[in-house]
Amino acid sequence: MVATTAVKLPQLRHRRLTWLIGLTGVLVLAIVLSITIGAKAVPLTDAWHALTSPTGTESDIIIRSLRLPRTALGILAGIALGVAGALMQGHTRNPLADPGLLGVTQGAAFAMVASIIFLGTTSLLGFIWFGLAGALVASVGVFALGMVGGRGGPTPVTLALAGTAVSAFLYALTSAMVLLDEQAMDVFRFWQSGSIAARGTEVIWQVLPFIAAGLLLALLNASGLNALSLGEDVARNLGQNIALTRAVGVASVTLLTGAAVAACGSLSFIGLIVPHLARRVSGTDHRWLLPYSGLIGAALLLLGDVIGRVVAPPGELEVGVVLALLGAPFFVALVRRRKPVRL
Amino acid sequence: MRLQAVDVKLGYGDRVIVDGLDLGVEAGTVTTIIGPNGCGKSTLLRALGRLLKPSGGEVLLDGKKISTIATKEVARILTVLPQSPSAPEGLTVADLVARGRHPHQTWYRQWSSDDEKAVGVALNMTGLSDLAERPLDELSGGQRQRAWISMALAQGTDLLLLDEPTTFLDLAHQVEVLELVRDLHAQAGRTIVMVLHDLNLAARYADRLVAMRDGSVVAAGTPHEVLTEDLIREVFDLDSKVITDPVAGTPLVVPIGSHR
Repeated sequence: MVATTAVKLPQLRHRRLTWLIGLTGVLVLAIVLSITIGAKAVPLTDAWHALTSPTGTESDIIIRSLRLPRTALGILAGIALGVAGALMQGHTRNPLADPGLLGVTQGAAFAMVASIIFLGTTSLLGFIWFGLAGALVASVGVFALGMVGGRGGPTPVTLALAGTAVSAFLYALTSAMVLLDEQAMDVFRFWQSGSIAARGTEVIWQVLPFIAAGLLLALLNASGLNALSLGEDVARNLGQNIALTRAVGVASVTLLTGAAVAACGSLSFIGLIVPHLARRVSGTDHRWLLPYSGLIGAALLLLGDVIGRVVAPPGELEVGVVLALLGAPFFVALVRRRKPVRL
Repeated sequence: MRLQAVDVKLGYGDRVIVDGLDLGVEAGTVTTIIGPNGCGKSTLLRALGRLLKPSGGEVLLDGKKISTIATKEVARILTVLPQSPSAPEGLTVADLVARGRHPHQTWYRQWSSDDEKAVGVALNMTGLSDLAERPLDELSGGQRQRAWISMALAQGTDLLLLDEPTTFLDLAHQVEVLELVRDLHAQAGRTIVMVLHDLNLAARYADRLVAMRDGSVVAAGTPHEVLTEDLIREVFDLDSKVITDPVAGTPLVVPIGSHR
């Protein structure tokens, strides 16, 4: 009898590894598409040429200065939002939670708009610093509000309530501000649609440390989240420090989502939908769910971006719009096919 | 004394449920806490298992203040299974039981052959080896409860606190779970503390009974000492006849109502 499980557990691990490799393959394919497809299609051989020994041809320039940064940012933001979504749904035990639930997205929007109006910020890099700061402050505020009245740290319910309240409040302020300032309105509208185009290499270096730190915290959080998914009492029994686990989770979600939305705009739909896909292959173990979510998030964001490039020539459709258009019916189908997931 | 509550004050927020209670649990015994709804028995069990921090007094684990021991260290000494716990959908029995090994794992050492062995033994003892790959939500209530107990066993402690392990189970499954508890006690001399509602099963499966009312211990001792007609009236406001269980020889409480 003991032997039954001894055999089956490695089998399961084998299956999970296979999926990991398969999903990595999908991501590689998405990367290739993202580099070669666009307003000007670049054949694979030319793309290879541009990556390994550029000589300044037209396709070299397109690939190195436009497609490569765009793809890299797509990978980073996709991983960040996928992982943040899985963390958020795990911590709140709510399958409809998205990474924006902590007020991160609205915090970033508010800070960016405020910096344009009150400080006259004009550069993209400047906006992003303010976006990051706004995301962090909003999230800390939500966490603090969620602790009020809670015993031993915030509960999923108080976090969700505080997040919704803070988001609504910040959204109201942001809306009021953009009505008063035309330039801020333009930036805000562009940011809100969500895009990874024309951000440049500096933006990537700017958000990379935050995303790296967020991913590290996410990995540290995975096994604690597994314990928490059995309920707070069981987690406490297993020797898990609940408040610390929540704090690490919130910090991770804030860093990941804050960096991604500051750089790419509101794309939190990815964080809502990706964990549902990942959960189908990983099951409920967050040590696998988080990496799967990262891979699927990156692949989905890149594919959405590629579709946006070809669907409305000669123009482009922002990836945020593509994902919302394609994602909404897809999400409905996902929910209809199975009874809602209980977390 | 394995586990001791010394002058503990327990409650939630401003609501005090237990005030100034003392209780000792001796090593190698099966102790069952009984009492009417809302008397504070689950609250007491949660405090004994450090799920609830007392607002006054202390809980001592092997003579040491439990609040001074690192929570992960406590998890390697005692296991407390809360009342009707819930698991995420799709979690398999094997995965659930494997999570009992959490206190023995660190971020650099995730899964060892010790863990593997402990999970196998725990599944075996609860008779769940054949159901290991089944999702928890496909099991019957009795099997699901056994799976949770199996997780508790995988945790590998010889001190177990179980909060109403038989809730929502039919009589046959109640007996099945309590037989399992008794087996666990017999095999390794585990110290077990339970909260139970059924007095007759409590009398049959416990070495010691603790009767509570309004947050205080009214009586403690062997089932014969505790389960008397006077005590049942005092604790439950219920008239009854106490006879001898024809099967186990333990006290059997037969309630007297106004009809029949």
